[in-house]
Amino acid sequence: MTQTAVSVSHDDRGGSPGGLASFGHVADAARVDVTHGVILYLEDVTVSFDGFRALNALSLAIDDGELRCVIGPNGAGKTTMMDVITGKTRPDAGRVFYGQSIDLTRMNESAIAQAGIGRKFQKPTVFEQHSVWDNLDLALKADRRWFRALSARTGHEARRRIEELLATIRLEDATRRPAGLLAHGQKQRLEIGMLLAQDPRLLLLDEPVAGMTDEETERLAELLETLRGRHSIVVVEHDMEFVARIARRVTVLHEGRVLAEGTLDEVKANSDVVDVYLGR
Amino acid sequence: MNAPAAVIEVTPAVALAPDRAPLLSPFGWAAVAVALTVIVVVVPVMALVVPPGSPFALSAYGLTLVGKILCYALCAVALDLVWGYCGILSLGHGLFFALGGYAMGMYLMRQIGRDGVYQSDLPDFMVFLDWKALPWFWQGSDSFLWAVGMALLVPGLLAFVFGWFAFRSRVKGVYLSIITQALTYAAMLLFFRNDTGFGGNNGFTDFKRILGFPIAAIETRVVLFVLTGLALVGGFLACRAIVQSKLGRVVTAVRDAESRVMFLGYDPLPYKLFVWTFSAVLCGLAGALYVPQVGIINPSEMAPSNSIEMVIWVAIGGRGTLVGPIVGAAIVNGAKSVFTAAFAEYWLFFLGALFVAVTLFLPKGVVGTLIAWRGKARESAP
Repeated sequence: MTQTAVSVSHDDRGGSPGGLASFGHVADAARVDVTHGVILYLEDVTVSFDGFRALNALSLAIDDGELRCVIGPNGAGKTTMMDVITGKTRPDAGRVFYGQSIDLTRMNESAIAQAGIGRKFQKPTVFEQHSVWDNLDLALKADRRWFRALSARTGHEARRRIEELLATIRLEDATRRPAGLLAHGQKQRLEIGMLLAQDPRLLLLDEPVAGMTDEETERLAELLETLRGRHSIVVVEHDMEFVARIARRVTVLHEGRVLAEGTLDEVKANSDVVDVYLGR
Repeated sequence: MNAPAAVIEVTPAVALAPDRAPLLSPFGWAAVAVALTVIVVVVPVMALVVPPGSPFALSAYGLTLVGKILCYALCAVALDLVWGYCGILSLGHGLFFALGGYAMGMYLMRQIGRDGVYQSDLPDFMVFLDWKALPWFWQGSDSFLWAVGMALLVPGLLAFVFGWFAFRSRVKGVYLSIITQALTYAAMLLFFRNDTGFGGNNGFTDFKRILGFPIAAIETRVVLFVLTGLALVGGFLACRAIVQSKLGRVVTAVRDAESRVMFLGYDPLPYKLFVWTFSAVLCGLAGALYVPQVGIINPSEMAPSNSIEMVIWVAIGGRGTLVGPIVGAAIVNGAKSVFTAAFAEYWLFFLGALFVAVTLFLPKGVVGTLIAWRGKARESAP
């Protein structure tokens, strides 16, 4: 009961970074090669659905430790971009690099997640039949292999971590409640807590403040502020107030490619952006 | 690790929540103890010691009937593991059951020895087909251990290979159900052929001995019954341990939000494959225990309707409860033996009506409804 699979360490960080792409299960967030300061590159990524080009030779680079906001009108390809990064959708052309050496287009969803990329969906997705506690417990960084799960126990260290997360997302009072009974905003918070439990290197948040109260939104902004620097974060958001609150750099997508990039003021002043997005 | 929340100083606000729930509640353990006593002591005494005229005596017919129902119950528990907890609705579990039965049947055929109609070393159907030697896949079938091994291995292997391709291709929902149904139907057609080497449409029957003991003797039947009961209790506890483990919680999570599971870094394939294969092995075990008790195995055990009936047992008893399927198998098969004796032609109507009634009035099944009531009673209690 005492020591646990939860705290299984990935200590041998000295291991060679080579071959990570082909052995996704041993890829580790700590081994991502960010020597050029870039955590994520998208190079000429194209995705078509029945002839419709959701992404059209999209190229984008996210720096290690930065908080990037991605905005754009409906159908600009924001969610498709997240699908490509997380392995849900295979691009027709182009490459996606995590750090310098890991090609994400050759890995499946779970291998990508194990490599340190966490994702929050547009619609909050939690395990409705499980308690809040169990949701966090399942999300907690640990050995993901099935035979380890058969005998895994939640150790002291892991429990303390779950307590911390519960406090962070302010769901201490709902620990034992099935997640399906939570309010929408609470589910959003729980999913963010699960994301933090994974301790990912790169967080992808798809409309994280949808359905949240002003207070919850403010809290999330504060939380993201504390994560800035130690995690790289990509936020897709429609709520411009929220974007203004958190963003340093903003990327505007339009028709599957980057229309503009810069500070929020810069892109707001960009005439192309004004035409297609901010509207006249 | 760079714990993001570590920057926010937190003193634990709530006492550490309890670790995992125990395997069974004290009430559950008491129920298991009672069940074991009935299986190991009460039934053998009723069948062997109590004089036949007494109202407490259990006839050979009654013993076989209950033993048969316990085999069905084991299948139902196995099916509940994949359907109730992993969301995989199998309409082909009868195949795994039948394969386990056939493996044991092959051994029982060899045990007949020269006491068959043709007094040959070969099983009668082979003599009838004018075969001169045992086919290669019958080698080793004279060994009891071989039979037990095959009864577990063949269903397990088939389930593993089938599951590997189906789950890897992310086939799920109704499509998977239809494929499992087709699989058992195809196997049935294959086994109906004489050339397949398993006795064609007659299958195997007319068994004489098992491990040298006369198979119809009441003592042998009692031993088989006790083994069946122990297998059911063991299978139930194993499934319970699985669903209570972290693996079980991952499997339930796969059922409810598979994409979230993947984006948390779990590969659902080995998790699904494990419960699926384990479930098939349990069905094979049930089949191997079933055949020596009922004395016959033929391809009709692979009929799609048999697999669907298993689903009905689980649904009536309560999906996702593990206890429910045992209750469901007992209710349906108990009613079936009464009905088919009294008014045989109405049985299927009754079964249909029962299924419709449970779906309408007890969507969680008998046990599921009881659990829900108890939960409500606890909530309303101060």
